[in-house]
This record gives sequence, structure tokens and C-alpha cells, in this order.
Amino acid sequence: MPRCLQRGAPPSDRNATWQDRPIVALRFDREAGQGLWLISPTFIYVLVMLAAPLLMVITFSFWTQDYLTIDTSLTLNNYREAWGTPIYQVLMWRSLKISVIVTVVTVLLAFPIAYYLSFHVTRRKALWLFLITVPFWTSYLLRVFLWKVILGYNGVFNSALQGLGFIDEPLTFILYNLNAVVITLAHAWAPFAILPIFVALEKIDRSLLEAATDLGDSPTRRFFRVTLPLAMPGIVAATLIVLIPTVGDFITPRLVGGTDGLMISNMIQIQFGKANNAPLGAALAVSSMVVIGLISVGIFLVGKKLGGRVR
Amino acid sequence: MKWLSGKWLAIYAVVYIIFLYAPVILLPLFAFNTSTIIAFPLSGFTTEWFMGLWYTDTLHTALGNSMLVGLSTAFLSTLLGAFAARASARFAFPGKTGIVGLIMLPLVLPEIIIAVALLVMLNQLGMPLSLWTVVGGHVLICTPFAIAILSSAYRGLDRELEEASFDLGESRWGTFRRVTLPLVLPGVISSLLITFTISLDEFIIAFFLTGTDVTLPVYIWSQLRFPAKLPSVMALGTILLVVSVLLLIAAEALRRRSAARQGIDTTLAGV
Repeated sequence: MPRCLQRGAPPSDRNATWQDRPIVALRFDREAGQGLWLISPTFIYVLVMLAAPLLMVITFSFWTQDYLTIDTSLTLNNYREAWGTPIYQVLMWRSLKISVIVTVVTVLLAFPIAYYLSFHVTRRKALWLFLITVPFWTSYLLRVFLWKVILGYNGVFNSALQGLGFIDEPLTFILYNLNAVVITLAHAWAPFAILPIFVALEKIDRSLLEAATDLGDSPTRRFFRVTLPLAMPGIVAATLIVLIPTVGDFITPRLVGGTDGLMISNMIQIQFGKANNAPLGAALAVSSMVVIGLISVGIFLVGKKLGGRVR
Repeated sequence: MKWLSGKWLAIYAVVYIIFLYAPVILLPLFAFNTSTIIAFPLSGFTTEWFMGLWYTDTLHTALGNSMLVGLSTAFLSTLLGAFAARASARFAFPGKTGIVGLIMLPLVLPEIIIAVALLVMLNQLGMPLSLWTVVGGHVLICTPFAIAILSSAYRGLDRELEEASFDLGESRWGTFRRVTLPLVLPGVISSLLITFTISLDEFIIAFFLTGTDVTLPVYIWSQLRFPAKLPSVMALGTILLVVSVLLLIAAEALRRRSAARQGIDTTLAGV
């Protein structure tokens, strides 16, 4: 039993007992054991449901499938096909191109909003953040579909422009192509880009900005020399959070992309579905992850180099 | 510099919010519109599409499936999230960065990769696809969100409060029940609501991993192919939107209450 406190003991006594509480003497390894024990259910779940399947998909990509039977002898044929066939090369390049464009557009559009929230909104910041996240919680499928309604030939955007007399003929370059995919994805990932940048901007010590001004920096110079480098961790996080999942999207290309907007994930889905060549699908999935993983590491390193540090 | 001045940024912010809300605003407009063609101009007001939902049996089955998947996912991911959040907020242990990193990985991993990987494993093990395989995938992507919410709830929990409880002779369980739980409960409920909402809306994993039973988004996907069904899909989407927003407001209110309560309690404890 711990050193017991009497009911109504004076506050000074209470403080004295707190200071030599036994928990301070906890040995590190006991704490480590408790921590590991506590995290083990989640860790085991992730090992079984994520790590094992990922390893299996990698193994699987070296096998071959002949209709229903799986040949488990290891071969690089799937990778030869994935990297050598023109259609897959085209899809892979296009996926990367679309993802990079989407990421750049999303982050560029998001930055001013994050900046505005952090530096200009003084009251009700939480309400603004809530407003930004609400559209994200509506059905993703329906959001994509509604962009189709907005951008279509007789869509909202075209009828509005025609009604206002800006154009005579409906614009056709905004649906069933790359532009539509970019607009839709930039919309879908907006909150994921805004939030990390906002957090990074919030962390900037405002006295550093005052110091820059006092030392004679113009606002523009101050922005590029102080604010932007210090916001870099947030920008890098936003870039990666948008870039990586975008490569894996197949709903947006399918609904608004037309034939020119199809991406590698559509092909992965086809290989696992209609084409019934799961090992090739696995090879395509692994290939795209390796490529995007390398690009991510590159972005991370460049961001680290450009980022500022407060000494 | 002019373009960073508050006025221009405020105008930009308003335009951006319009961009964010453009599709969301259209949803109820077309849900109450009499025409079956989803285009302007609107032709008239009707609640026919909402009424029609009442009599669509396949929809009710899909809704039931989604509720089952959503509730199971919310419960399991919040439980797993609570263990992990507690461990990472309270203890230092070897391999912590790696373990937590692996658990949080589904946040950045494309869903199609998770879906495909699970599909390959389940096929190899010869396990049949069902709603439970969907739950398995959903728990994976929801746990990181649960951890994010619960971590902030635990971080606000002053360690000294629990120690005081031990010192005063409470057992481990008693401390958990009478000190820890009341303080983190709003965070737990907030996590349940968020993970439920994510599961309710998730399509890709459900699409790959479900057997013959469809969830709500898979049902919606199948309906999008039929132009005549679109108005009722809009009506369904409107209902889902309202439900999601209500759940989110509840989650946000609880999270704030939790923060406020912890603030007050810690100050009282310091007296």
C-alpha cells in the first residue's frame, strides 16, 4: 500500500508525498515492457493484415497465373511485361504525370488558404478548419460524380458561362480528359494539403518575422527567407500525403477521365478483375509503389535541404 | 507584399470555399428536382426520390450491411487505436518509431494497394470474401485516425492525476474506471464517430473485398451506371451528407468538451 494520505491532510504534506512517489523509480526496461505489451494487439493486427499481405503481394508478383492455376516458380516475366509493354508504360507515365500535376496544383491552391488561416484569421479558426473538412466527409463517389455534372457538356459550368454570355458553345476541354481528373482530385485532396501546411505555419515563432522586419527585410523577402523555409516541413508533408494516394486512385479516372485520363490503378483493377491475371496486377502495383516511393524519398530530401531551421 | 495582404487572401479564401462546396451544394438541388436528367435548369420541386428510397429493398440491405461493417470497424479500430495511442503517449520502448510508423502507414498507402494485398492473401489462404473481410480492411485504414484522435486525448491527460489515484490507494482498474476513462471518454466517442463515418463512405476496399453482400458505396457505384436511377442516388447522397455532418459536429463538440474538461481538471489538481 502506498504511503497513505490521511483525509484532510494539509496541502504541504500532500506535496511532500507526491515528490517521492514510487513511480519515478520505475526502471526503464519495465516501462519498455509495458509499452510493448500495450501496443502489441495493434502491432500484431498490422503485421497480419498489412505487413504479411504486402510481402505476399510482392512474392505473388514473381509467380504466374494460367487461368485458375497458380505457378509458384519464381520468374521476372510479370515485371518484363509491366515495364516493357507500351500500354503499361503509357499508363505509368500518365499516372505519374497526373499525380505530380494534381499535387502541385493542390498544394499551390492550398498554401494561401493555410497562410490566411494562420496569419489573418484571429477568431474562429476552428470553425474555418471545420468548414474546410466538411466537403471531404461527403461520399467520395458522389463528389466525383458531381464534378462530372459540373464539368459536362450541358453541365453547370457551361450553362452558367453561356447564361452569362461569356461563351457561345459549351467548352469541351474540361470533361473526359486530364483536366477533369486534375480538377476533381485537387478538390478531393484539398483538406489533406491545407492541414499540414497550416500546422507548420502555426508553429512559426512570430517574433522571428518581427526580427526580419526590424533588420530591414521587405515583406516579400521576409516571406521567402523566413516564412517559406520554416513552412517547408508542412509543404513536404502535404505533397507526400497528396501524391502517394493519388497514384492509386481509380474512381476519378474512370468517371471523369475518359480514355485519355485512365491511370495505372485502372489497369491494376482490370488485371485483378476482368483480365484475371492477378500476378501481373501485383507486379504493376509493386512497380508503381516502388516508383512513387523513390519519388517520395527524393521530395523529402529536397524539402529537407530547402527547409529552414531555427537555431 | 500585396498578394499576401489580408484583403486579397480573404477574397481568395471565399472563392476557394465555393470551389470546395460546389459539388456538395448541387447534391440537394438535384435530389429535390423533378427531372431525371441531372442538369440545369431545375424543373420543379419533388420529394418523390426520397419516397422511392423507402421502397428500394436492395438499398435497405446495403444500408444494413454498411451499418454492420461501420459499427464493427468503429469498435475494433477505436479499441486497437486506444492501445496504440496509450502506449505511444505514455511509454518509451525500443522500436517505437518503426512500430508506430507501420501502424500509421495506411494513412499514406493508396487504398488500392491495401485492397489488392489483402485480396491476394485471402485468396491464397482460401478464405471466402464477406463483409468481415471488408471490416478487416477498414479497421486497417481507420486505426491511424483513431490513434490521432486518442493521442491528443491522452496527451491532455495529466500523468500526475493517475499517480495521485494510485497513491490514494486505487487499484489499476479503479484508476482506469474512475480517473482515466472519464477524461478520455469524449475522445473515445469522437474516435468511434469518425471511424464509423470513414467506413460508411469507403469504397475501394469494400469493392475489392466484399463477396456477394454490397455496402452502401458499392451499391451507389452500381447505380451510377443507370441514368434513370441518378435522382434517387442524389437523394440518398443528400441523406448521407446530412448524417455525416451531424456525426462530425457531434464528434467535434465532444472533442472540445474533452479538451475543456481536461483543462479544468488539471488546474484543479494543481491547487
